[in-house]
This record gives sequence, C-alpha cells and structure tokens, in this order.
Amino acid sequence: MSDRVVLKVGPALAAATKAGIEPYGAKPRRVLSGRNIMLYGTLTLAALYYLLPLYVMVVTSMKGMPEIRLGNIFSPPLEVTFEPWAKAWASACTGLNCDGLSRGFWNSVRITIPSTLISILVASVNGYALANWKFKGADVFFTILIVGAFIPYQVMIYPIVIVLREMGIYGTLTGLVIVHTIFGMPILTLLFRNYFSSLPEELFKAARIDGAGFWQIYFRIMLPMSLPIFVVAMILQITGIWNDFLFGVVFTRPEYYPMTVQLNNIVNSVQGVKEYNVNMAATLLTGAVPLIVYFVSGRLFVRGIAAGAVKG
Amino acid sequence: MKGQVHTGRPSKLLRNLSSKIASIPMVLTAVVIFLGGTVWTVVYSFTNSKLLPRANFVGLDQYERLWDAPRWIMSIQNLAIYGVLTLIFSLVMGFLLAALMDQKIRFENTFRTIFLYPFALSFIVTGLVWQWILNPEFGVQSVVRSLGWETFAFDPLYNSDIVIYGVLIAGLWQGTGLVMCLLLAGLRGIDEDIWKASRVDGIPMWKTYLFIIIPMMRPVFITTLVIIASGIVKVYDLVVAQTSGGPGISSEVPAKYVYDYMFQAQNLGQGFAASTMMLVTVAIIIVPWAYLEFGGRKRV
Repeated sequence: MSDRVVLKVGPALAAATKAGIEPYGAKPRRVLSGRNIMLYGTLTLAALYYLLPLYVMVVTSMKGMPEIRLGNIFSPPLEVTFEPWAKAWASACTGLNCDGLSRGFWNSVRITIPSTLISILVASVNGYALANWKFKGADVFFTILIVGAFIPYQVMIYPIVIVLREMGIYGTLTGLVIVHTIFGMPILTLLFRNYFSSLPEELFKAARIDGAGFWQIYFRIMLPMSLPIFVVAMILQITGIWNDFLFGVVFTRPEYYPMTVQLNNIVNSVQGVKEYNVNMAATLLTGAVPLIVYFVSGRLFVRGIAAGAVKG
Repeated sequence: MKGQVHTGRPSKLLRNLSSKIASIPMVLTAVVIFLGGTVWTVVYSFTNSKLLPRANFVGLDQYERLWDAPRWIMSIQNLAIYGVLTLIFSLVMGFLLAALMDQKIRFENTFRTIFLYPFALSFIVTGLVWQWILNPEFGVQSVVRSLGWETFAFDPLYNSDIVIYGVLIAGLWQGTGLVMCLLLAGLRGIDEDIWKASRVDGIPMWKTYLFIIIPMMRPVFITTLVIIASGIVKVYDLVVAQTSGGPGISSEVPAKYVYDYMFQAQNLGQGFAASTMMLVTVAIIIVPWAYLEFGGRKRV
C-alpha cells in the first residue's frame, strides 16, 4: 500500500522540495479507517485467544490453593506466591518419589544435549556426502529415509526395542539418544543436503584441486561456511527432543524419564489432592525451555519449522 | 554385460570410500530401521505374539479381533472426527490469519510471534493447560456461570459425547500458527502484479482471494495438507495428557491403542496389527500426494 502512495507522490514531492516548499499537514492516510479497525481488531482478538492459555498458566501458578477454589481462573492473583514453583521444582510427587520436576529437568538436559549434537553431526555429514560426494545408490537410501519420515513411529518402535535390547542399552539414556538420532535423521539430512547443494560448487572443486579430502573439506570449508543452518538445526532438535513424550516413555526406565513424561505423571496422578497451582507451575517450567529458545531465536525458528514441519 | 562387470576395476567398491563410510548411519537407519522395522512389524502382525514376538502365524486373526474391538472402532471414529475438523479449521483459520497478516500491517512480527508460540510447546504442555481451562469446576464453565448464566454447560472433558472436541480445541490452538506461517509464505510468493491487475479490473478482494489467489496456491495448500494430515495420524501425547483416553474410552486414538497393547496389555500381535493399520492410513494420504507431486510432473 504505502510504496504505491510514495510512487504517486514522489515526483510531486521532488518538485515541491526543489521549489523550496517543505511538505506539511496531516498524514494523508487515515489511521482509524473502518478497514483498519476490522483488520487490527480481528488480529488483536486472535492474539488474545492465543495468549490466554499462557496467561492462565502464569496467574494460576502464582495463586494459593484457597484463592483458586474461590476465584475464577482468569483473575490475576491477589496475593502473589512463588511457593507452587518451589514445590513443583523440588518436592512434587510422582508415585512414591517426591523430589519434584528437577529430576526430569536434568534428565531432559542429559538427553537433549547429546541427542542434539550427535544427530546434527551425523545428519550434516550425511547431507554433505549426498550433496558433494554422491556414490552410486545413495539416492535410493535417501529416498527411503525421506519416505520413512512419514511412517508413524508406532510401526517402528518395537523393532527398535528389540535392537536396543540385543545391544544391552534398552532403557538407558544412550539408547534414547540413539533413537532421537535415528528419527531426527530424515529431516536434518534433507536440511543439510539442500543447504550444501546450494553452496557454490567452485569452492568444493578448488579445495579438491588443492588436495583436500572428504573430512578436510567438511571441517575446514563446509562447517565454517554453514553456521546459520547449524543453528536452525539446533533449534529444531532442541525443541523437538525436549518436547518428545513417546520415545521418552517407551525407551527409558522411570529413573531416566524426561521432563515431559514426569510432568504428565505429576499432573495426572490420581493420588492425593489436586494442586492446580503446582501443576501449572510444573507445566510452565516444562514449557519454559522451548519457549525461551523460541523467543530468543525468532526468525530462525520460523525457518527451522518451515524445514522441519514434515516431522509433524 | 556380464564380462564387463567382471573386468571392472577392482577398486570400484573402494571408490569414494570416505563418503560411503560417512553414510553408514544413514544407510543403516534407512534399511534396518525404516525399511526392516516396518516390514518386521507388518509380518509379525499376522502372528499371535503376546508377551514376546513369536513367529506363529495365524492369518488375519489379529485384524478381525481389531475391527471387532469397540475401543479400536472408537479410536478410528475419534481420529476421523478430529482429523477432518482439524484439517478444515486449521486451514480456514490459518488462511484467514495469513490473509490478514498479508495486508502490510504494522507489528507483523509481534502478531506472528504470538500466533506461533504454541507450536514451540509440547503436546503434553498443551494438553495440560487446556485440561485446566476446560475444568468444569474452575475453568470456563464456572467463570461463565459466575457471571450470571447459571445453566451454562461446557465441560467437554467430562462428557463422553463431546470430549473429542475438547481435544480438538487444544490441538487447533497448538497447530494453527504453523499453518498460518506456511500459508503466509505461500501468499508472499504470489506476484504483486496479480493484485494490481485484479484491482484495475475492479474485482473485489474476497473474489480475488477465492478465485485467483487460492487456486494459484494449490501446491502450498497440498504440502500444508500433507503436513497436517501426517501429524494428525500420530496424535498421541495430546490425548494422554488431556484426557488419558477418558471418560471411559471415549477419547481413545489409534496411536494410544498401539502403545497400550504393545507395552501395557502385553498383547504384541494386536499392537502390531493396529500399527499396521496406522501405516495403511498414512499410505492412503501420502501415496496420492506423492503421485501428484512427483509422478504427475511429466504431464505439465
């Protein structure tokens, strides 16, 4: 809209300034036109709807239980308390264990960091091999990999359980890291393959002529040139792995349960009085890591999900 | 031909060796896990495995039992309702939001950040928040009642007839932002001249969208559709967190059926049969799309 206005006004303005007349007066475009009210009104309503659950989580987690029983869930807390947060972190119970979400948090950290690093390392090398060192038949494997991204996990879970059991790592964190590496591979390989293919081929050829080999080119040319795509992949993997529930519950023992699984066990446990404020504090704590990643990374996150949406 | 292969250089397998070694994880994943695992599950769905997989083939027994089970039928019905409504609502709402965002508005980044943040949250978090908001004692229902409308009833999570719509609300909240983002990218790909031409011809905006822009965005819509659809089939954590399949079995979904039979009821055969049916569902969605996308290109 605005650029079109500028186009029309441009020459006249130029003539006017040449004649020594400065532009003055109100802006020609009406801010409060009916169209704008409709447009921003609808968007603001939608935004409020999207923000509402976050708001409810925050206010509920800061109320005491008596206030929750009396008031309504949308009202702000009369007395702000952080006790529910402390309890959710350090002493909420799952079954007989009462050491809070902190255990799940540290498990998730211990799962997410190695899974992210290993899956990205493996997938980027795969993508690099596919983009620059394609061998005969490589495309067949790549196609299977991409088609595999659409197969429901439930179909492949049990065979993986068997393989991990045979290797003696079923139920351990190592096993779960391997599973995350496997299921992160299709989308990450695609991401890296496309990125490396888009780099100028002359670079690769020049390095070859200078005598660099497979790994040398990867570590000294490709890797330093591709940092943005590595960041995108990291965002994708950190949020994806942190938010995972199914693999956590299938492939680990209770003492290694990631945060999402533990959160679900805390909130949906049938024993005891329901403490909604503690539950909401726990939910917020679990959602905090991906939310922080999201708000900090901004546009890169959008790029990551546009590439990773296939992961579903 | 045969002679040529035999007289080929002996180093053929060793050529490009580093690349082949580096691709071992990919090859293993593709062949052993994706291909092998899938075939293995399908084959063992024809056995009567219970606690451990046993190659004792019983034909279509597991499938007959599956389709006789009320819980499976309920799961399929729920998936159908949830799936169709998710597709319709997320596409319509996602497109409306994208179209509004495309009006060269101010604060575009702020709005996009707000619409997309639920997508960064896990289904567990989503399910638990909406479980709390839809709680009949404290949530929306009680708030509306306290405003004076005493008979107001909205307790989807405790009413087995409408529980799946409660799950739907949460699912839409989580996923519509993504649809908006994908469609907005599609809208941005439309040539500005199209808009100018339709303005010159005096075509109203809604007509331009309906008859020109949307048909032009067909590929974007199809990709988005496939992404939403393959996500729908996998829906599991949301239901586990929000309703645990209840009340009774009224919000069960296929993915949960598979998990429960494989890891809790210790009836592996049923789990394999159910997961094979999930695979068939996905194939029904993906194969026509793949055909249109990759097979049909020659016609153009």
